[in-house]
Amino acid sequence: MDYLDHLEAEAIYILREVAGQFENPALLFSGGKDSITLVHLAMKAFRPGKFPFPLVHIDTGHNFPETIAYRDWLIEQTGEKLIVGLVQDSIDQGKVVEQKGKNASRNALQTVTLLDTIEKNGFDACIGGARRDEEKARAKERIFSVRDEFGQWDPKRQRPELWNIFNGKIHKGENVRIFPISNWTELDVWNYIKREKIALPTIYFSHNRDVVFRNGQWMAAAPFLQIDEDDIVEHKSVRFRTVGDMTCTAAVDSTAVELDDIITEIKASTVSERGARMDDKVSEAAMEERKKQGYF
Amino acid sequence: MNILKFITAGSVDDGKSTLIGRLLYDTNSILDDQLEAIKKANRKNNDGTVDLAILTDGLKAEREQGITIDVAYKYFQTEKRKFIIADAPGHIQYTRNMVTGASNSELIIILIDARKGVIEQTKRHSFLAQLLSLKKVLVCVNKMDMVDYEQAVYENIKTDYLALANRLGLENVDFLPVSALKGDNIVAPSEKMNWYTGESLLDYLENIELEGNKEQPWRFPVQWVVRPQTDELHDYRGYAGRVLGEGLKVGEEVLVLPSGARSVVKAIELAEAHLEAAQDGQSVIVHLEDDVDISRGDFIVPATFPAATDRQVEANICWFDSKPLDNSQIYLLQNHSHITKVKITDVHYKYDVNTQEKLLGEDLKLNDIGKVSLKAASDIVFDTHRDFPENSRAILIDPRSNLTVAALMIEDVA
Repeated sequence: MDYLDHLEAEAIYILREVAGQFENPALLFSGGKDSITLVHLAMKAFRPGKFPFPLVHIDTGHNFPETIAYRDWLIEQTGEKLIVGLVQDSIDQGKVVEQKGKNASRNALQTVTLLDTIEKNGFDACIGGARRDEEKARAKERIFSVRDEFGQWDPKRQRPELWNIFNGKIHKGENVRIFPISNWTELDVWNYIKREKIALPTIYFSHNRDVVFRNGQWMAAAPFLQIDEDDIVEHKSVRFRTVGDMTCTAAVDSTAVELDDIITEIKASTVSERGARMDDKVSEAAMEERKKQGYF
Repeated sequence: MNILKFITAGSVDDGKSTLIGRLLYDTNSILDDQLEAIKKANRKNNDGTVDLAILTDGLKAEREQGITIDVAYKYFQTEKRKFIIADAPGHIQYTRNMVTGASNSELIIILIDARKGVIEQTKRHSFLAQLLSLKKVLVCVNKMDMVDYEQAVYENIKTDYLALANRLGLENVDFLPVSALKGDNIVAPSEKMNWYTGESLLDYLENIELEGNKEQPWRFPVQWVVRPQTDELHDYRGYAGRVLGEGLKVGEEVLVLPSGARSVVKAIELAEAHLEAAQDGQSVIVHLEDDVDISRGDFIVPATFPAATDRQVEANICWFDSKPLDNSQIYLLQNHSHITKVKITDVHYKYDVNTQEKLLGEDLKLNDIGKVSLKAASDIVFDTHRDFPENSRAILIDPRSNLTVAALMIEDVA
């Protein structure tokens, strides 16, 4: 079997296991290419039926407007249900405190909103688009990854995962994060998007925008980004290789306008995808620490 | 282009992580920022080169202790193939991690230190390869640089290993002399070992074809019933699942197990496309001619070649939990999408995993492998491990902790 067919069949199998094993699952949708791919795979798994889960978006309030527009278009197209958890609500409720200063980001605050949304809706399983090739802590995570009632991941107490048999049994209050595209690489996702002709938000393709130079990378000049007088702001042709919110996702210089250009660009790249994520650069174990707290 | 999944077995001392690091590095699978992070971590080999082993140690505790604790999956790709490596620790206290990694692999690379030859650990790993019925064993005799690239050393180890393989009943074994540290025979043929005329490791991995058993029938474990219940699709009822084996096709007469109901395949759908036949490993939706009662956990099988259905089976078992097996307790057995309560009725023996001797009258504890009989509350649909390994596999779950406590390979009806 061709490798994309194999990866697709495996992901569909995992999505159907979620449907069969859990009472109240959800699909975590960020508007990035990985979760868009998940929605496409869910159509293959469940059509002509409806999805047995809603899409859940944890909205930091600092999203790219293009991402939000795409999200709303996708919901319209698929007719599936969307639940939005707002980080602003968590801030207003005093559950989290907004970071201050130049590098302020709501990235870490999302975890609280995510855990609140899971608890409020009683989700027992959350499907996510994380991949093992992204980051070394993720390389160790199971496809069915159990979180305790505080949402925490304990890398030392993971269940053995054998063959294609997934154990989704949990105690009340716990939930399982499920990663159907664990075995896909960044390049696999792009090749699949191309093969399946999946529509993407426009920010993945090169466009002209104002960007500000920050910590060695170009960030989108967003209204909520603190820009000082001595900051360098330029109007450049860029695209985004990974899409988190505007405060933690750096742009790359690019003239790629077609999927083929993007694929060529990634093949030639000497920097990893998460190299453009400020949130991963905090320390060597940044992802592991965040995952232990309940992050995606 | 297809995928090859393999596991590397060996301990830190055998150069396992170095071998994986070398494969990734020499295929340009490591990017600048990742290399930068490694350099920052400042772990060096004795000769001052960057320690590639750090690439595979993903957890903080592993980096601190310089050992691999858990299974990590690594990915790389060449023009010819995509590879998924299960990197699992080799020490005896991590047998369960090795079993986990091996269960998700088709091929196993067993590393032997050229200076040490076939040791206890080699025997254990080979036994596990046989137990889990991996399709191919590749023995890499590593650290050839430490024995002056001597052909005689390699040939002696080969002879010793073939004797072991013969004793275990392990077939499909190949050999390769390498030095992971120096890069000999990893990506390119080694200039230091002209006596070896075979492929380099990467060429071998790119070219090896692992054929499935063509004699096997197909099995279709039902995962989910698709019922849109809309006005225009009022009567739509499709059974979703992933096919095991080749041969499922439209018009085929089938049995539904465990009920035994008969029907005929009316249609096969793959994401709204109609297929005449399904391939091994495809996730499809099957429609039957008759309105039979089928739900998640049932199996659709060819009427001419049905699977076994029984409540009492005998199985090889690998125990994963820190709490020993307790035959007064009820466990849950899960095979594919089917779950039933079971009781262990007999522990026949456990293996000394190093010598493969059968030990009688012992408890099954963490990392132990043995043979048990068990009795189920409802019918289990299976094939024997010998006939159709993919349909002989199951896990045991402890309903009190919900942990996966054992892997099972059904050998026979009890």
